[in-house]
Amino acid sequence: MKRQMATTRDLDPDLPYDTEAVAGILEHWRDIPGNLMPILHDIQAALGYVPPESVPQIARALNQSRAEVHGVISFYHDFRSAPAGRRILKVCQAESCQAMGSRALTADLEAELGCGLGETTGDGEVTLEPVYCLGLCACSPAVMIGDEPLGRATVAAVTARLAAKGEVNP
Amino acid sequence: MSVTVYVPRDAAALALGADATATAVEAEAKRRGEDVHVVRNGSRGMVWLEPLVEVQTPAGRVAYGPVAPEDVPGLFDAGFLTGGDHGLGHGPTDQMAWLKGQERLTFARVGITDPLALDDYLAHAGYRGLKQALELTPAEIVAQVTESGLRGRGGAAFPTGIKWDTVLKAEAPQKYIACNADEGDSGTFSDRMIMEGDPFALIEGMTIAGRAVGATFGYIYVRSEYPHAIRALRSAIDTAREAGWLGNDIRGSGTSFDIDVRVGAGAYICGEETSMLDSLEGKRGMIRPKPPLPAIEGLFGMPTAVNNVVSLASVPIILDRGAKYYADYGVGRSRGTLPIQLAGNLKTPGLVEKAFGVTLRELIEDYGGGTASGRPPRAVQIGGPLGAYFDESHFDLPLDYEELSENLGIVGHGGIVVFDDTVDMAEQARFAMEFCGIESCGKCTPCRVGSTRGTELIEKIMHGEDKSTNHQQLLGLLDVMENASLCALGGMAHLPVMSALRLFPEDFGLEASHVE
Repeated sequence: MKRQMATTRDLDPDLPYDTEAVAGILEHWRDIPGNLMPILHDIQAALGYVPPESVPQIARALNQSRAEVHGVISFYHDFRSAPAGRRILKVCQAESCQAMGSRALTADLEAELGCGLGETTGDGEVTLEPVYCLGLCACSPAVMIGDEPLGRATVAAVTARLAAKGEVNP
Repeated sequence: MSVTVYVPRDAAALALGADATATAVEAEAKRRGEDVHVVRNGSRGMVWLEPLVEVQTPAGRVAYGPVAPEDVPGLFDAGFLTGGDHGLGHGPTDQMAWLKGQERLTFARVGITDPLALDDYLAHAGYRGLKQALELTPAEIVAQVTESGLRGRGGAAFPTGIKWDTVLKAEAPQKYIACNADEGDSGTFSDRMIMEGDPFALIEGMTIAGRAVGATFGYIYVRSEYPHAIRALRSAIDTAREAGWLGNDIRGSGTSFDIDVRVGAGAYICGEETSMLDSLEGKRGMIRPKPPLPAIEGLFGMPTAVNNVVSLASVPIILDRGAKYYADYGVGRSRGTLPIQLAGNLKTPGLVEKAFGVTLRELIEDYGGGTASGRPPRAVQIGGPLGAYFDESHFDLPLDYEELSENLGIVGHGGIVVFDDTVDMAEQARFAMEFCGIESCGKCTPCRVGSTRGTELIEKIMHGEDKSTNHQQLLGLLDVMENASLCALGGMAHLPVMSALRLFPEDFGLEASHVE
């Protein structure tokens, strides 16, 4: 009964996100202990971000306060409240990569892409993000483009990889 | 007859182009009409040789590497399918000096088997530990693990058997195994290599742990930065469940155990056990004050054995070969082996599993081959971002929990990051504080505020502002952080900073006499 009421309200067509997709994810994880993290991961995978407008829908389904849900989203570096660029480039900032020139690599990538860490290129193609260790410390400096790791990264290798991907995807 | 060629699927091998190499091998074989079967194995740990291609010959496996796609036709020309000579050849893999001297217990199968093939796992001593454990009472399993001397490989080095004993003796309607796979320390990747290269070992270890403490369910909390490990684990868990190695009444033993993989979300602090438990419960990853210990009141308030990936993956061989076999490796109170991860500025970095007691010099000079840049090594950080820096005067220290602790450092999760003489140690100290600030959960003031103030103080010293006063203030602040923080993040952030100040005062523009 409670869920049905929530569903009717959640499918408000005026909300600026796919309420049905979120409802499906909430249903999938229903009654599974500790389900908020996987729910947020699934929403971000489906929509590209966790829309702030979806917080009430999530909170109602889990019988939590909006503040609790917002608190979890804002705690973790991975969850984003706004859409990112088409691809995400994570550049490792941790010690092993520092020892192999990641500070210079980061600065050069920022210059090449024309955006800083945590920002998206003007054309919306690439979001540049810091990451603290990719576990690729024996081939530092390391970056990750989407799910694809790249070791002993150079600006040339990273931009070549970004360009190659651009051709594959229309 | 089909020839088996191994091309690793480990993320580090992929980062160096292993997928393209595997595709090239298959395409070239097809073009030449050769019957080649490509197996995507884990990594042998010789990351500087990745992609390391191995060919199964009647005389054993022969290694070639690093193999780029354009090298593949030449390898076929040289007859590499029968172990032929080639410029990239290294001869029989097992005879390679880098591997030969290692003592691979936990990593015995990594790089050898197809990590997702259960039959390969079973053919390489897989599930022998669990079969032994199913014949023993829970208390007998705990006794074996205690006698082996196994200590938590995640970094805290707490005796695993004693932790399990506490969970075993706790009475509750439900208990859990929580595997900490939030391997966030820079310079470490052994958990990742196990999960990608031998996931069944972790699953077997967790199942044994479940039987030992009376837990029927386990979670593996993997960091989101490890997508390949997540996929490998999920695949292996499904396979194990289908074959009856997970689920209800495992292989007719009456023991039930199942596992779920949960993914972190980019928070270093969730590698701290109580933060991880909060995250598993779907909350902000905030530290819980201890007591109560997670072993008494852990996940969802129930007794929980929280163990690191390497700790759990070491359990099957202990049960299979016996506690004494494992304890016979090592020195003093550091028993068994440690998968050591060589990282940073090294010519030949990778994974070295050795008994405790190996010296830093052997690791850095013999295994690591000196710096990649060819410049003199200047500083070595051991044990992740909260570990101390050492200089060359410490290179003869044996890697051993007590020895490092006496020298104001930690073994941690066994990561060693080498820096050459271009490193600015004041900047490294500043980064240690900044990182603590970025990753602090915010629960306790010494860590939350101290990390930011510490960053500011180091910056002032670096800019030559009122050095003596700011130095004194920094020492006071670090003392408060060490003694008043709730967990190791704030409580150990002084280690990299103090060691940098003590060993490299000139980088801060301080006199050696100031920092005595």
